[in-house]
Amino acid sequence: MTSSSRLAAAIAAQFTDRARWSLLEVLFWLVALSTIWLLPDQHLILAEIVIWALFALSLDLILGYAGIISLGHAAFFGIGAYTAGLLAKHALVGEPVLALLLAGLAGAVFGFLTSFLVLRGTDLTRLMVTLGIALLVRELANRFGWLTGGADGLQGIDMQPVLGLFRFDLYGHTAYIYSLAVLFVLFLLARRIVGSPFGLALLAIKGNPLRASAIGIGADRRLIGIYTLAAAYAGIAGGLLTQTTAFTSLESLSFDRSADGLLVLIIGGTGHLYGGLIGAVVFRFAQDWIATATPQYWQFWIGLFLVLIVLVGRDRIGGWFTPLRRLADRVGAWRPGKTRPTVLPGQGGAP
Amino acid sequence: MITILFDGIAYGMLLFVLAAGLSVTLGLMNFVNLAHGAFAMAGGYAALVLVNRLGVPFGLGLVCAFLFSAALGALLERTLYVHVYAKSHLDQVLFTIGLVFMSVAVVDYTMGSSQQFILIPPALQGQVTVLGLDMSKYRLMIIVICGLLTLLLQLGLTRTRFGSRLRAAVDDQRVARGLGINVGAVFAMTFALGSGLAGLGGALGAEILGLDPIFPLKYMIYFLIVVTVGGTSSITGPFLASLLLGIGDVAGKYYVPRLGAFVIYTIMIVVLIWRPQGLFVRRGAR
Amino acid sequence: MNPASVPPALETRSLEKRFGGIVASNQVSMSIARGARHALIGPNGAGKTTLINLLTGVLKPSSGEILLDGQDITTLEPHRRVRLGMARTFQINQLFADLTPVETLGLAISERLGTGTHWWRVPGSRPEVVAEIAALLERFRLTEVMNERTAVLPYGKQRLLEIALAFACQPRVLLLDEPAAGVPDAERHEILAAVAGLPADVTVLLIEHDMDIVFTFADRISVLVNGQVFVEGTPDEVARDPRVKAVYLGESLDA
Repeated sequence: MTSSSRLAAAIAAQFTDRARWSLLEVLFWLVALSTIWLLPDQHLILAEIVIWALFALSLDLILGYAGIISLGHAAFFGIGAYTAGLLAKHALVGEPVLALLLAGLAGAVFGFLTSFLVLRGTDLTRLMVTLGIALLVRELANRFGWLTGGADGLQGIDMQPVLGLFRFDLYGHTAYIYSLAVLFVLFLLARRIVGSPFGLALLAIKGNPLRASAIGIGADRRLIGIYTLAAAYAGIAGGLLTQTTAFTSLESLSFDRSADGLLVLIIGGTGHLYGGLIGAVVFRFAQDWIATATPQYWQFWIGLFLVLIVLVGRDRIGGWFTPLRRLADRVGAWRPGKTRPTVLPGQGGAP
Repeated sequence: MITILFDGIAYGMLLFVLAAGLSVTLGLMNFVNLAHGAFAMAGGYAALVLVNRLGVPFGLGLVCAFLFSAALGALLERTLYVHVYAKSHLDQVLFTIGLVFMSVAVVDYTMGSSQQFILIPPALQGQVTVLGLDMSKYRLMIIVICGLLTLLLQLGLTRTRFGSRLRAAVDDQRVARGLGINVGAVFAMTFALGSGLAGLGGALGAEILGLDPIFPLKYMIYFLIVVTVGGTSSITGPFLASLLLGIGDVAGKYYVPRLGAFVIYTIMIVVLIWRPQGLFVRRGAR
Repeated sequence: MNPASVPPALETRSLEKRFGGIVASNQVSMSIARGARHALIGPNGAGKTTLINLLTGVLKPSSGEILLDGQDITTLEPHRRVRLGMARTFQINQLFADLTPVETLGLAISERLGTGTHWWRVPGSRPEVVAEIAALLERFRLTEVMNERTAVLPYGKQRLLEIALAFACQPRVLLLDEPAAGVPDAERHEILAAVAGLPADVTVLLIEHDMDIVFTFADRISVLVNGQVFVEGTPDEVARDPRVKAVYLGESLDA
């Protein structure tokens, strides 16, 4: 092996290592899968967790990878929720998977149209524009009560079986397995995308927009792309909620949902895709636990948690997982007969 | 027509008093304080308790509302906000949303979730005829009080020592410190003053805006609109923006009730995209 | 104009930039020939940074024109100019703190090859990209730090990565903004060697304070004073010009 081909191999290895699944990731998904059999009584709440996880994952795509702060992500969630609800209610598209894709499409279309409004501007203008758009959508849904059911919510949704085979049941078995499958597929896609040249360029734009443009990276099209994708994900999350609960209301468009989504993501940390997933588990179980203690004032504890998380420092909270991740990297990088070189081969000539 | 204009002006001036503090913290100190409305709500409920339950005269209740919110603002600024000034906008957003949620829950717990009104003395109820126009006494009072406050604020910011210190402090903290200005104290004072004004506005506006635990969330967007549309180069901008918003909102609800708040949100988004520095900023005055 | 003549690599015509009442660039007309090693010098506040920002599109000129290989690029966005063959380095490092040198260079190369928007591939899956990264790492002596995050690299290596990154765009015109600024003496020779080793067909515009670097490297020098081109000529002509000594060299050599 010549030194230049060794160098080439080391470069390729750096890229592929980044894309390789670590042991911890595999374990994570195995645990998720095992809950199908191990926690059959919890499927209702687990389905909810999965939907929160998907919503937070969608936020992570824009916040963690493109640096866009949004206070109105619920707009896309709600649009997806109502799309799925209306399709089912009026029996336009009975099959849930297809309807879910359309819910995602609706989110994507609206995301694409509004992405032009968040391209430029400071954090503050983006924050207000996203907030304003979400309020606008909610107001619209409220006004068009004949279509959306207004404040009463969209009732009388009758769900068809998934793929024509699996009926939604009272215990949430179908709901959970269906939601988990959707989350897994979308997670795979997101993982692939953030590891691609497109994802790397997004990180560059977020990290240093001046330099990104100085090496020829045009920011606009990429931001539009990721914003649209995130909106599609949020739409699918909303659609899932409607399909698994056979109901949707203005709550799906509310400011609280946007804020809670942010919270879920922040709990698990931004910019590593698993943040929203871990956050959703913590969030939903905390909600459950607090609800049994003080049923009415859940909001107070969320608020307190947000305040504390900022005062303590988000990096430190995210830091809880760092030792774990490092361990996972070490375990994941080790393979029999092929240890990863610490010093580059060929650096000092022949070994 | 005249009545709508009159109501709109009263509403707008009220919004200005409510949002004036935010235009300083957000506009000048570059701190995203989404919890500003919580201080307004605190003042509103303080006045409500004093006037309705303890029988304190209405005027004194207003003063107490100001003092209560100002004290609360000063306390929170010194203990909590001061740690968040230097953090990212995302942190500021999360932190202040957290405060909003807490305030909503606390008020819900202590005061109940239904909308409440402050008892207004009979002298302020009903109509009065000025220059042949029938006007609501209460709204007239709002215009007078808020007008006076606006003048005071303008004079205070431009003519007093405190005003010049504040402008120096937000302009360049290091230079201000070098000049011997206690930047922390100036910020705390400003924050307290802004919170106090919000509290006063909350008490005054309880009659018009209503008072319930979700007040901070309901009006958050209105305060933000005042600041972003008005810009931050002077208090005239937010003042004009408030009037415009007040008149626009009242007129919108009267003439096109079906559209509701739709018009306002749309205008805000358009302004943000079209002139991110605000509508009333002189061009090139950066 | 003779149609057969080759247009200059980079040309400005009466370029002007005003900030309010201040004229930061005043009727700057420069012509930089292909393959030139052109240095731009001038005292602090002379408008060097404004000029480079105008050339790269970070700032929009108040009036005047910029031509790259005879093509008008005055109103193009920065990233479009890079695609047309003009790249730059920054006086203060502008790098991607969380990416490694390999990823950083990979980004610029993918972008140039038009694969930067691919969202399905793994970045290093194309052998030509890997080969090019390898060549750049070796050329700019970055192999030993290729797996480190940029944020933790020694300053000298970061400066090298600055140049490598601009070079990865395969520019025909390369703007170097004080490439050796702030580099400790021990690491300095690596930077100078990298600059001296740039291929002859790349046109280089060097903005520099350090007269040693300017006079060893440049074959032509423009002196900028108060936003205007004060003197332009060969190093000898500039060195002998008494006006330049008066306004500039005296001050700089004292520093």
